[in-house]
Amino acid sequence: MSALYRILKYAAILLWSAFVIAPFLWALTTSFKTANGITGGPTYIPWLQYQPSLEGWRLLFRSGGGGIQIGGPYLDSLIVTISASLISLVLGTLAAYGLSRFTFRAGFVRNADITFFFISQRIMPPVVLAIPFFLMLQFLGLLDTKFGLIIVYIALLMPIAVWVMVDFFNTVPRELDESAMLDGCSPFETFWRVILPNSKPGLVVAGLFCLIFGWNDFFFAFTLTFTQTQLLPVAIVALNSSVTPWWSLSAAALVSVAPLVAVAFVLESYLSRGNLAGAIR
Amino acid sequence: MSLVATELTRRVDGVVHLDSVSCVLERGRFYVVVGPTLSGKTSLLHALAGLDAPDIGTITFDGADLAAVPVWSRSVSMVYQQFINYPHLTVYDNIAFPLRRRRLAHAEIESRVRAIAETVSLTPFLERLPGALSGGQQQRVALARSLVKGSDLLLLDEPLINLDYKLREQLREEFLNIFSAQSRSILVYTTAEPNEALLFGAEVLVMHEGRLLQVGSAQSVYARPATATVARIFSDPPMNLVPGSLDDAALRLGDDVRLPRPRHFGPLPPGPYVFGIHPGDIAPNPSGIAAEVELAEISGSETFLHVHHAEMRLVAHLSGVYAYALGENVQIALDGAKLFAFTPDGELAAAPTSGG
Repeated sequence: MSALYRILKYAAILLWSAFVIAPFLWALTTSFKTANGITGGPTYIPWLQYQPSLEGWRLLFRSGGGGIQIGGPYLDSLIVTISASLISLVLGTLAAYGLSRFTFRAGFVRNADITFFFISQRIMPPVVLAIPFFLMLQFLGLLDTKFGLIIVYIALLMPIAVWVMVDFFNTVPRELDESAMLDGCSPFETFWRVILPNSKPGLVVAGLFCLIFGWNDFFFAFTLTFTQTQLLPVAIVALNSSVTPWWSLSAAALVSVAPLVAVAFVLESYLSRGNLAGAIR
Repeated sequence: MSLVATELTRRVDGVVHLDSVSCVLERGRFYVVVGPTLSGKTSLLHALAGLDAPDIGTITFDGADLAAVPVWSRSVSMVYQQFINYPHLTVYDNIAFPLRRRRLAHAEIESRVRAIAETVSLTPFLERLPGALSGGQQQRVALARSLVKGSDLLLLDEPLINLDYKLREQLREEFLNIFSAQSRSILVYTTAEPNEALLFGAEVLVMHEGRLLQVGSAQSVYARPATATVARIFSDPPMNLVPGSLDDAALRLGDDVRLPRPRHFGPLPPGPYVFGIHPGDIAPNPSGIAAEVELAEISGSETFLHVHHAEMRLVAHLSGVYAYALGENVQIALDGAKLFAFTPDGELAAAPTSGG
């Protein structure tokens, strides 16, 4: 009975792993093919079934001849995503602590309304925001710049940080704040010396969400930049000329998913150390 | 040298937390606030600490109004019923935390932390994180952190309630020793257990529904509760209250129980009364009134016997373990000399002479 259970358990895990890994393997094999290797039906084994070629990968680093020189956009994407995420995390965490701990009243507006206001920023379809953002950046002379994009991304990412952190701070017992104040901490010292050091689990989740949403944005990068600044998702689309180069697209997909895979491993090790849940009981 | 609270009143969303509470707390004294859950004990501590400002009322310390002094500039410590410590700091750093906020010299901090750790038996655990300690040890850390500052006002909000019975007994004894050494602080301790107040032998403040009902020594409150409500709160299990009446010769309980008029009632005028008797003063006795057993709870080496005679329900607190069957017929003796009399409004009219 238990042997059967083990067999079934491992079979299920294998099946699921195959389901998750297959697209990556598919992209990996495709990235080493050329037009010949793709049109002839599904093939998987290099040298036996198709002749591997580095052409797809070369296109990513070449200029001209359909190449896109992925290094520049890659670096820009990293700079914009990481800066916007960090600033969003700092501002969002401060806002969330205030919303969680202090009572604000402005007319009929209460804390819950302010929190909802932050979150509601993400309810609107991006296309509604595109024109106002375009006009604002144009007015500021920040169209087609990394700095402009960072500002726009902060507007998009900070609601996520506020949302996650308000939820997190609400689970931190208020008695912890009270103890800190009774022990001589001003409200900011309370936040800085006691609450923040115990908020790693919330900060990690909020930070990762910001990185993922920022990294994956295509729409705003596409509408607010043209030639000077080009983020990775937009650069990859530029590969798509009259003939779709599936081999280069596959290579670009692998390259752009790499940071997120790294982030997932960080998150996973964090989870397995038990740090994410129950830091404060 | 005292803390004076005057007419403290606080409502939150229309719910009364404190209703015109006034009290005077003297330095070097130990006060126990007794009241059931939600009676306003915690609200009172929060107001005294300065964590919640009262809607109405003032708090002065040695004559100076505290309203304008922020919490972090006051000389107050608090121990919570949840074991509240800083999870990211070691036991040593937890205890040193309030001293570091006051920018004391390194050597001074070290010596004070080690001394207090010795007092609360935490010396072997100084390098651990609070999360790696048992509940009792965590509460010792919280206590050490509150003692190390030498605050003028030390507040303890049901600090033992989340511990198991054995540990509670042990810590209670240690607390008493530690507190008796705190000669310059005002100590305020809240509990729902009147026995704890009696054990500490402290000054008692009885609270109910946000109001302060009676202040006095534990023994005096137990012997002469001002009202029937105080009598029930300050007795565990709660005092038995039975409506009845009194005339010149006799006392009637319920429909058909007649007792000779107790001598300690003195010149009490005849009329309807509510009579009270401590569960500890009732015992089965062959010459008593007939009653039927509803429930017999055994707790430790004590038995709580719930019986009823017609509509009259009584709880007897017996020391020792006795087995009673449900529905069993027993005789219960009511000693007239132990009866309290309350007016129908609940005011104390007569109490047994102590020791009698």
